[in-house]
Amino acid sequence: MTNSIGDVKKADVIFLTGSNTTENHPVMGAQIRQAVKNGTKLIVADPREIPLVRDAELFLQIKPGTSVALSNAMINVILEEGLENKEYIENNTEGFDQLKEVVAKYTPEAAAEICGVAAEDIRKAARLYGGAGVASILYCMGITQHHNGTENVMSLSNLALVTGNLGKEGSGVNPLRGQNNVQGACDMGALPNVFTGYQAVNNEAVIKKFEAAWEVELSNKPGKTVPEAIHAVEADEVKMLYIFGENPMVSDPDQHHVETALKKAFLVVQDIFLTETAELADVVLPAASYAEKDGTFSNTERRVQRVRKAVDAPGVAKPDWVIIMELMNRLGYNKVYNNIEEIHDEIRQVTPQYAGISYKRIESNGIQWPCPNEEHPGTPTLHVGKPSRGLGLFKPVEYVMSEELVSEEFPVIMTTGRILYHYHTRSMTNKTEGINKIAPDNFMEISGSLAESLDIADGEVVRVHSRRGHVEVAARVTDTIEDNVVFMPFHWADGANVLTNGDVLDKLSKTPGLKVTGVRIEKIS
Amino acid sequence: MELYRSHVLVCGGTGCTSSGCLKIVEKLGEELKKHELEKEVQVVKTGCFGLCEAGPIVIVYPEGAFYSRVKPEDVERIAEEHLLKGRIVTDLLFKDSVEADKIKSIEQVTFYKKQQRIALRNCGIINPESIEEYVAFDGYSALAKVLTEMKPEAVIDVLKRSGLRGRGGGGFPTGMKWEFTAKAQGDQKYVACNADEGDPGAFMDRSVLEGDPHAIVEAMAIAGYAIGADMGYVYIRAEYPIAVSRLQIAINDAKKHGLLGKNIFGTDFNFDLEIRLGAGAFVCGEETALINSIEGKRGMPRPRPPFPAHKGIWNKPTVLNNVETYANIPQIILKGAEWYSSIGTERSKGTKVFALGGKINNTGLVEIPMGTKLRDVIYEIGGGIPKGKAFKAVQTGGPSGGCIPADYLDTEIDYDNLISLGSMMGSGGMIVMDEDNCMVDIARFFLDFTVDESCGKCTPCREGTKRMLEILEEITNGRGTLEDIDKLEKLAKTIKSASLCGLGQTAPNPVLSTLKYFRHEYEAHVIHKKCPAGACQALLEYIVIADICKKCGICATKCPVGCIDGVKGKEVYFINQDRCIKCGACMGACPFKAIKKG
Amino acid sequence: MITLTINGLEVQVEEGTTILQAAKKIGIDIPTFCHDPRLVPHGSCRICVVEVEGARNLQASCTTPAAQGMKVTTESDVVVESRKGVLDLILANHPLDCLTCQKAGRCTLQDLCYRYDIKESSFEGERKEYEIDDSNPFYYSDQSKCILCGKCVYVCSQLQGTEAIGFAERGFTTHIATPFDKGLEHSTCVSCGNCVAVCPVGALVPKSKTKFRYWETKPVRTTCSYCGVGCQMDLLVKDNKIVEVLPADGPSNHGLLCVKGRFAYNFVGHPDRLKTPLIRKDGELVEASWDEAYDLIVSKVNEIKGEFGPDAIAGFSSARGLNEENYLMQKLMRGVIGTNNIDHCARL
Repeated sequence: MTNSIGDVKKADVIFLTGSNTTENHPVMGAQIRQAVKNGTKLIVADPREIPLVRDAELFLQIKPGTSVALSNAMINVILEEGLENKEYIENNTEGFDQLKEVVAKYTPEAAAEICGVAAEDIRKAARLYGGAGVASILYCMGITQHHNGTENVMSLSNLALVTGNLGKEGSGVNPLRGQNNVQGACDMGALPNVFTGYQAVNNEAVIKKFEAAWEVELSNKPGKTVPEAIHAVEADEVKMLYIFGENPMVSDPDQHHVETALKKAFLVVQDIFLTETAELADVVLPAASYAEKDGTFSNTERRVQRVRKAVDAPGVAKPDWVIIMELMNRLGYNKVYNNIEEIHDEIRQVTPQYAGISYKRIESNGIQWPCPNEEHPGTPTLHVGKPSRGLGLFKPVEYVMSEELVSEEFPVIMTTGRILYHYHTRSMTNKTEGINKIAPDNFMEISGSLAESLDIADGEVVRVHSRRGHVEVAARVTDTIEDNVVFMPFHWADGANVLTNGDVLDKLSKTPGLKVTGVRIEKIS
Repeated sequence: MELYRSHVLVCGGTGCTSSGCLKIVEKLGEELKKHELEKEVQVVKTGCFGLCEAGPIVIVYPEGAFYSRVKPEDVERIAEEHLLKGRIVTDLLFKDSVEADKIKSIEQVTFYKKQQRIALRNCGIINPESIEEYVAFDGYSALAKVLTEMKPEAVIDVLKRSGLRGRGGGGFPTGMKWEFTAKAQGDQKYVACNADEGDPGAFMDRSVLEGDPHAIVEAMAIAGYAIGADMGYVYIRAEYPIAVSRLQIAINDAKKHGLLGKNIFGTDFNFDLEIRLGAGAFVCGEETALINSIEGKRGMPRPRPPFPAHKGIWNKPTVLNNVETYANIPQIILKGAEWYSSIGTERSKGTKVFALGGKINNTGLVEIPMGTKLRDVIYEIGGGIPKGKAFKAVQTGGPSGGCIPADYLDTEIDYDNLISLGSMMGSGGMIVMDEDNCMVDIARFFLDFTVDESCGKCTPCREGTKRMLEILEEITNGRGTLEDIDKLEKLAKTIKSASLCGLGQTAPNPVLSTLKYFRHEYEAHVIHKKCPAGACQALLEYIVIADICKKCGICATKCPVGCIDGVKGKEVYFINQDRCIKCGACMGACPFKAIKKG
Repeated sequence: MITLTINGLEVQVEEGTTILQAAKKIGIDIPTFCHDPRLVPHGSCRICVVEVEGARNLQASCTTPAAQGMKVTTESDVVVESRKGVLDLILANHPLDCLTCQKAGRCTLQDLCYRYDIKESSFEGERKEYEIDDSNPFYYSDQSKCILCGKCVYVCSQLQGTEAIGFAERGFTTHIATPFDKGLEHSTCVSCGNCVAVCPVGALVPKSKTKFRYWETKPVRTTCSYCGVGCQMDLLVKDNKIVEVLPADGPSNHGLLCVKGRFAYNFVGHPDRLKTPLIRKDGELVEASWDEAYDLIVSKVNEIKGEFGPDAIAGFSSARGLNEENYLMQKLMRGVIGTNNIDHCARL
């Protein structure tokens, strides 16, 4: 997030899109509701009538995958009605003319056609967002998990830049990170193209710095992302997978394809449970859970906070860092860390953003990076004054329809997401009785009229087909979803991700287009 | 305008409506038609005349003949004798208006003589559903005056100098309240009227709304101008259907005539009014609970501060006055602060309307100048205690007021005197008790009401009033102890000092004041297990007086539980106290008055 | 700034500060039941009353703003009498089952009765009796124990925004209820447990699988392992077992949690946990020692690296792992194995 969680209460307007916040980030969702009670106006753009629609001033029930068109049209209206922040554009941005040219095509009427909403509502949204003193954009996987996810984000960023909603409290472009430490994993360089702190692997100076720090030789060739690595196993380029705390058998698109790859490679899985993925492993390493070790997580607002050991790990299970260190040692790298704080101190040495964040300083309250030194209070808001790259770059983008949507054989759009009661692949949440009582089984949300046309009753088990395969699932008939769209949570194995497409990735981020899958729904019997 | 030689005013208040005034109006219409008097005599359905005891009331002008307890079958005579032939039907007149051979007009009747009607000035005079009649009685000229001749500050200044204090109970100076609201920061302000008259037996606000609704509309618009509000709400209980309908008619007519809405009297001033119906919770008469209720929330009080003047409806500055307070305002504007402040006592100016009830001859509504003695209200206006019984106490201020004993009958009624006696002005309930009333039972009765009406928010009121009631029940049932009296007193003090809102803070008043003035009655209940007034059933005993008993056995046949033993003609009858349910059937049945209670 | 005197001590506070806040500033403890700094002050319980010189009645310190020159006494005889009176009234309508009450040791009513020497109520009379609502899988609602401080209702409406519960009826029969008293199961409750966390007595208590007393537990402050909000919470530990999770006042959660953070902690000590390394032998995963597991991995790494180069190995790190672990994982892949094939599920 460019801004802080607490900032939602400082925004005059919140534009929330592609995030079912009250279910996926419940405590954040609660704070959005607090903001609305306090006078903040909420705009929701989502294919589903999510619970926060109740609190919204305006709801745009857009078709899945049409965010670029919506953002462009909002910018179109903002420019048309003179709601842009001319001074900010002038002083802090570049590429405005190109943007202007591209968005000119996206009249509210044109976008209304694409998004499946009323042109007048797009105008209202633009006026609300553009007319606000400070406005915040909040988004989640509904924006990023598309074949054009990066472009979706760019279009939102254009919207923020054009109104100068960046670099001040209550504003910003704020992705909500799905899992507890996605932010930290990214910050720590668990990405194929960067070291910690987003230092590029193909930058010579960076390579030199890390070679010196670690006393090793390093490759400057960017590596493979998760979906790419899985494809590479199939292509015989990758022979071994070492998976730590992940369950791609459930979380990754096109499950059958993933299964083939995992079975083919020499597979090491390190986890706390024998997950669907671990079951396929050649070696399984038992790890300690978060409550059994010390360390830090970084939350979605870039706040580094302490994790503390409360209980002992079961059996001979060890904290992941100990396992990884011992493997390193056995592979001939002899660095020994006596405790986790020593690793943290090493992180601080090689990561400018984390340099000032010592365990001592975050004993009671976490600190938000960047924090370059021990005197620095941390950074609640990014891009204050000017965008950090100097000038905010407008990246005009065009709406491109997903290939998933062109087939007549699979006419219904399936979108995926999470529900309040489960976390990712359920390996943790399904261990609690009460959770299983409330949310025991997979389901698919379907509109009343679509269900009626297919003669499907509420609760009836139906078969859902996509190009990748089919699953059987209970239909949940609801009026919160549009007629040609169905929703299925991805928590359950043999569920949504059997159907999703793992081949079409976002060009830049390599994120799969999970939110749009062409499906056909079939009545059984 | 048509001219008539005679006007027949028929009271159309709630009291007279329930005793059949609509039939009288209908019948009058028929009679006038029959005698072809329609062009000569006009029938007007007015608001309340105040003397509800004597309803339905019909007044015939120009004579001011005061017909009381009129029945539909009497109408024929009134029409034929009085309206057609000009002969007043003496036997139908209010008893007090006939003295020897002289017939007194309504103004001369004792009940009205000592009254001074400001808030009620139009009640019983005009047709409340006619804006023209209100205008004819100077209506809306106060609004015209403030909008065209006065600055808002000047309006507030007049009110401050008039000395008007809130008639809803608190007695806070109205001008100061308006000034605070006027000075409070806010993009939007509101005017609100508390017409949630919840005190049992109190109906002054209802009468004003039924009899003179435009006065409230006008006063609220004046308030809007003074504080800078363009919107007002009247919060009125849904149990007042006639008042609601007449007020709505008044609002509609005022809008039609441009007296509400945009650019009133051609000025920049805009003001609109809406009615909000209450659902009959007593606590919603408390201003912050009322505001919650207007906002659609549960009627529970909010802590003060912030006061409504700063954070009222929707947290905006709000001026909130009750109906009677507003009813005084147009007159104050027209006649001036000096006129108003010349009436009343040093610290309580003007008049106050009281709902007189209980053991009193003239039950009804009276408006008297502040400073009038309790004795005058009860014995002159009220006509004294029925059946020659002895006065015991007067309870003022509704269920949260206190009981004042005979020793203080010469107290001049004003806010401060009543408080110093342990009672209060409240909204103006005045209930008279005589020798047959048990003061412990009276306290129990009022606590029963507050326990029911406590909103349940704060601990002392929710839990404490319930415990007080339970103790009082124990005492009136003869199971109380001396410790209970101490416990009651201590608890009452805790509730009074620690409760959140006025309801809880005043709920112990009936207990505290009766403990103060009638402690001996409590002690009689707990020490001697006797109710001196003979009102507490559990402490009663029905006893056969052996000397008088004629051994007829009628009592035994009437006893529903068969607790009376005896042998007809041979033995004096005897009532078994442990089985007696104290129904009193035996006493009523005994032809020889041989059964007494004690 | 305003200067006032509390118990003879001068304190300077900003305008709008309540007496309670001002007292806290100088370390004077005023007891409360219904106060929560996150809520709009509502002044319901009246236990925090104090004596303000010149005021007609005792003032609720949680709602009364400090004023210039104010003289406040927080434990005068009148105040103590009033608090005792309030406690006496609460106790008159509250079961005295502290011996078996789950909340014992973390109960404000218990603490205050101890502080003000209230052993039992001096009142007899009607007591409320409600059936326990056990329809929610995670907590019980026992209205017989409720003291109607209202915090659960206000937390649910003002902070959580769910509005599942409210006040029903009035006066002595007031109770906290779901709409039409249909029970929690049929309400909009999302089981966040934020109401349970603020209940000062045993009216709302978690359904606990373990019997424990609060004084037997040790709180461990940590960061929730579910979504990215980073809520702070305390794991209550007894005998090497987490017995409850309580929300803490963290910068991103301000004392709130969701159903997962609050109640879905059973996985930690779950019997299905992996307790030993496993190696696939003849198609089956069988238990192995760490040495066996490490040796197998090391030999495979060396074999593949030797034959196909380091890029034939890929590592998936974890968005659920610690920062330090993610750091070490990429260091292992990059620095030790020699490939940038390191990623995690950020995109999923």
